[in-house]
Amino acid sequence: MHTLARAFSAPAFRELGYWLFRYRRTWRGSIVISIGNPLLFLTALGLGLGTLVDRENSAYLHGHSYLTFILPGILIAGVMQIAFLEASGPVMQSALPRGSYRAAASTPLEPTGILYGHLMYWTLRATQNAVLFTCVSLLFGTVDPARAPLLVLVAVLVAIAFAAPAAAWAVTVTRPSQINVMFRFVVLPLYMFSGTFFPIEQLPVSLQWVAWATPLWHGVDLGRTVALGTATPYGVLIHIGYLSVMVAVGLYLARRTYRRKLYV
Amino acid sequence: MTDSSTVLIDARGLTKVYGKPGDKAGFTAVDGIDFQVRRGEAFGVLGANGAGKSSTMRMIACVSPATAGSLRILGYDSGADGAKIRARLGVVPQDDTIDTELTVRENLLIYGRYFGLSWKVLRERSTRLLEFTRLSEKAEDAVATLSGGMRRRLTIARALINEPEIVLLDEPTTGLDPQARHLLWERLFQLKQEGVTLLLTTHYMDEAEQLCDRLVVMDAGKIVAEGAPAELIARYTLREVLELRFAPGERQIMTDKCRGLAERMEELPDRLLLSTDNGEETLSAVHRQGVQPLTALVRRSSLEDVFLTLTGRSLLD
Repeated sequence: MHTLARAFSAPAFRELGYWLFRYRRTWRGSIVISIGNPLLFLTALGLGLGTLVDRENSAYLHGHSYLTFILPGILIAGVMQIAFLEASGPVMQSALPRGSYRAAASTPLEPTGILYGHLMYWTLRATQNAVLFTCVSLLFGTVDPARAPLLVLVAVLVAIAFAAPAAAWAVTVTRPSQINVMFRFVVLPLYMFSGTFFPIEQLPVSLQWVAWATPLWHGVDLGRTVALGTATPYGVLIHIGYLSVMVAVGLYLARRTYRRKLYV
Repeated sequence: MTDSSTVLIDARGLTKVYGKPGDKAGFTAVDGIDFQVRRGEAFGVLGANGAGKSSTMRMIACVSPATAGSLRILGYDSGADGAKIRARLGVVPQDDTIDTELTVRENLLIYGRYFGLSWKVLRERSTRLLEFTRLSEKAEDAVATLSGGMRRRLTIARALINEPEIVLLDEPTTGLDPQARHLLWERLFQLKQEGVTLLLTTHYMDEAEQLCDRLVVMDAGKIVAEGAPAELIARYTLREVLELRFAPGERQIMTDKCRGLAERMEELPDRLLLSTDNGEETLSAVHRQGVQPLTALVRRSSLEDVFLTLTGRSLLD
């Protein structure tokens, strides 16, 4: 118990405490969004678009309904999007001369502790979103209850894999417009073309190669194969390996960029 | 040899160069300065904008590594033990980092958490510090409702949450109205009475004279003078200054006529300053030369004149 208490007083937890303290003001709204978002998607794509798609009995869906097929994709892609948004704008703001990182940096906290604390916050937020999304999906009967916890774990891994490099970059950014450009030209194309809404096998072979190389596809495919029970050990290994490298490289870069930015 | 129990800050050859190491285009903000700050003292760093004051403060606050030289604070090396030093510092930065989404009290609480203080301790301290900075009535209000002076006092209250041994203040009253400045000075004086060591930068002479026991004058990254305010005035200026203003068309002629009437003469854009031991006598001499100023004022020499003598420039240029 004593060691546990000491671990929780580590610098990174103090930074986490700051973000949780601020979150007290917005948590109700954020939960409404976390539940409303999947409700909207499941209704529009499942009952609307899905009815149309399922009439075709496409072989690419391997006998699953369209809704069951896209559900993990929407969860993973959504988690990626939120991870990017939370790790870009707020990080840029916090690193400005009047930002909260500057306040923290004048206390015993080091840039690394600030980074890890904020990362823990994104991890908690991603867990919350993934759990609520999965719960709504369970109500719709589109996820196997036994596989739901695994899907949540994949979603959290994807969130960290995107948040770490996003933060590494965002801490060096000084204009909000740069974040908008990154969102429109990198994040949205990833969202659209990483197999979120359709199997990439449908794409021309050259584009399939592009999709295989992109990070989000690995997350989406891992989530989908886990949720549908079609995962192969080889595939899981490659996907987890790819995402883990993103986490490691992202953290390595972020430690450097945070230090450089906060210790001028 | 320095005694770590009395010398709290010891800078030797302290240098800050911005830009990549070895980069010829690098900018030297602080150029090999030496100074010591002792326990309980109010120490000022005086200089015009761009003299290197803020860079020096940031190095002492351990958020900016020194490029060269040594900087020991509270017996620790600033490069190796930044976290230990920061735990015992209070920082009032020029750009305040108050969180505008939190209330006045929440700002103190959450900042105190960074130091690992318990909520119980923080609740007690925040009440006491809000009282000290005359913000008790604003405790539960949003930061956005505070005036400039209140906001600065909140920054000071926040800097005191860890009961620091040294408080760093970077231009604490810049941008405040006279009443707000006087209240702030009074609070800082109170802190000094309680034994807290103050280190402040300023480009206001009156502030330095009011608050500082000892100060250094910085110009272009170097220290050009060091001493108590009265010492510096005695060393670098004569007793009095005669200030003359002229009608715009006559300035040059009148200025030429005044040459030789005082031991030292400084031409400022708006007025002429004659340094002298006796202002009234010099004024009579000026009148005898047929010089007719629009206004004439005799005053005691101040730190402003020290700065002018040392750098040839006015501080607020």
